[in-house]
Amino acid sequence: MTTAASVCASGLVKRFGELRAVDGIDLEVRQGEIFGVLGPNGAGKTTTLRMLATLLPIDAGQARVFGVDVAREPHRVRQLVGVTGQYASVDEDLTATENLWLFGRLQGLRSADARTTAAGLLAQFGLEDAANKPLSQFSGGMRRRLDLAASLITRPPLIFLDEPTTGLDPRTRGQMWDTIRGLVAEGCTIMLTTQYLDEADQLADRIAVIDHGRKVAEGTPDELKTSIGNSALQLQLAEGADQDLAGQVVRRLAGREPVMSPESGRMTVPLDTADGAADVLIALRQAGLTISSVSVSKPTLDEVFLALTGHDTGDAVQSDESSRDELFMEAR
Amino acid sequence: MSAVTARQAPEGVRARMPIVDPATAVARTRPHTSLAETSSQTFSMAWRALKKMRRNPEQFFDVTIQPLLFTAMFAYIFGGAISGNVTSYLPLLIPGIVAQTVLTTCMATGVQLREDMDKGVFDRFKSLPIARIAPLAGPMVADLVRYLIAAGLTFVMGVVIGYRPGGGAPGVLGAILLAIFTGWALAWIFTFIGTIARNARSVQGISMLILFPLTFLSNAFVPVRTLPAALAAFVKVNPVSHLVSAARDLANHGVISGEVGWTVLAGLAVIVIFAPLSVYSYKRHI
Repeated sequence: MTTAASVCASGLVKRFGELRAVDGIDLEVRQGEIFGVLGPNGAGKTTTLRMLATLLPIDAGQARVFGVDVAREPHRVRQLVGVTGQYASVDEDLTATENLWLFGRLQGLRSADARTTAAGLLAQFGLEDAANKPLSQFSGGMRRRLDLAASLITRPPLIFLDEPTTGLDPRTRGQMWDTIRGLVAEGCTIMLTTQYLDEADQLADRIAVIDHGRKVAEGTPDELKTSIGNSALQLQLAEGADQDLAGQVVRRLAGREPVMSPESGRMTVPLDTADGAADVLIALRQAGLTISSVSVSKPTLDEVFLALTGHDTGDAVQSDESSRDELFMEAR
Repeated sequence: MSAVTARQAPEGVRARMPIVDPATAVARTRPHTSLAETSSQTFSMAWRALKKMRRNPEQFFDVTIQPLLFTAMFAYIFGGAISGNVTSYLPLLIPGIVAQTVLTTCMATGVQLREDMDKGVFDRFKSLPIARIAPLAGPMVADLVRYLIAAGLTFVMGVVIGYRPGGGAPGVLGAILLAIFTGWALAWIFTFIGTIARNARSVQGISMLILFPLTFLSNAFVPVRTLPAALAAFVKVNPVSHLVSAARDLANHGVISGEVGWTVLAGLAVIVIFAPLSVYSYKRHI
């Protein structure tokens, strides 16, 4: 049983009018792992998650959660999953205790049990001092924690986290990561979406990279990083330089496909170590190619995308507010 | 904030919580919500709505100010013209105002539902294993309080300006109960509009279009015999007219007339049609 899949999805499709927001995604999340879905804005991460969590109808394909069909038996799936959204899905007009009590009651707990569970969760998430304060006095991090606490009332074995740390400061983000690891230690399976490579790197056992509604790569963080190199050499070729020739030189030397953007004359070369940069530069000079600027850096999310998809991510980092707008757009 | 967050640690999490076992969890799942669960969930949702009402007292403006203002205004403006004097207009007017205020309250049900549905918490409600009707019916149960205030205050105001209901306390109580039931039934129409409209503003707009003909093209404020034939025909089939007539018979004469039956029948018909439509639309919409 321990090896069975928590989530098994094949050929998932979601259309919004003409747009295929999710365009045939296959996923398998193993029990007890943290599975990261990495992608830029509008890639279809949230939509995928919402379909698996029964919040959006599945247009095509099939999904099972612990063997239960999501489309056919949504009510049973809802008993197995907890969902924490990008923005707090708690009631602003109620206090923290009242929120948790209500969600407990709705899931069949007796009033006294719901109260005990609420108090326990608030203590566990360090919110007991704020238990009876109105939510308007809560910080972003406190809201996130309350939101996560609300997903844990019935101790579901699978938890969906939609961008759990977007908009949080680094310290609060670290605390959220600890909490997530703690849940896995108890036997929970976590499926989370993120736009941050370092978050996926820190947390996830395995990552699926999604772009334009399709899965473009999947593997452990190490596997993904190796596939794009540990460092990236960025070159700006001088005007009129032969880009095809430059590509050939790099391919021969580094044994990897460079990522070209022909309009700007830019080229990104994945490298195993930063030392390799010198060899590439020498080879280019020997081939008579002029370079106007050079930099070496660790691969960023942008470069993962550039390497995997051939285009960049657009704006990888953005505010909570626009995430919310995006969510609504996707949902409509 | 710092003191609060410092306590959170994964070690604590591990120590306090039982280990999660998926196989047991799957075995425990049930395919449907039972009727008992559905009603319990509806009452939990009603509790939430009542809490929100208490924290936002401005929600009571329409059910308090409107009955007071409209009763006095209509009585003194139309009383002389329609019935010769204010006192003899009141038996005609008060049940009409009751119907009107209850209907206006219905409209607020739809508008508030739409506003609520746009909030993040509705995502949580949708992700929970609860009956789909509970988030819709819960606020409507809480709204019974609002109908009671609206209908009760109208009678109180009427008595203050000289209305002496012939049906006595039982008659008035009957009229209030009937108005509350009708209001609750008709509210399903506005709940349905709440689930299909794009935003709260458009709910308000659409609801107004329904509300105005329904209240004013009835016998609520003027005797039907003063109306042209075509209009009178509509007024006679309008469910609001039945409510008004039934409430008049109850409050003024203490009589349970056939109009009560028609009113209840119309209310049940609205529920049977619009409750399933609302649930269906809610499931699809968000």
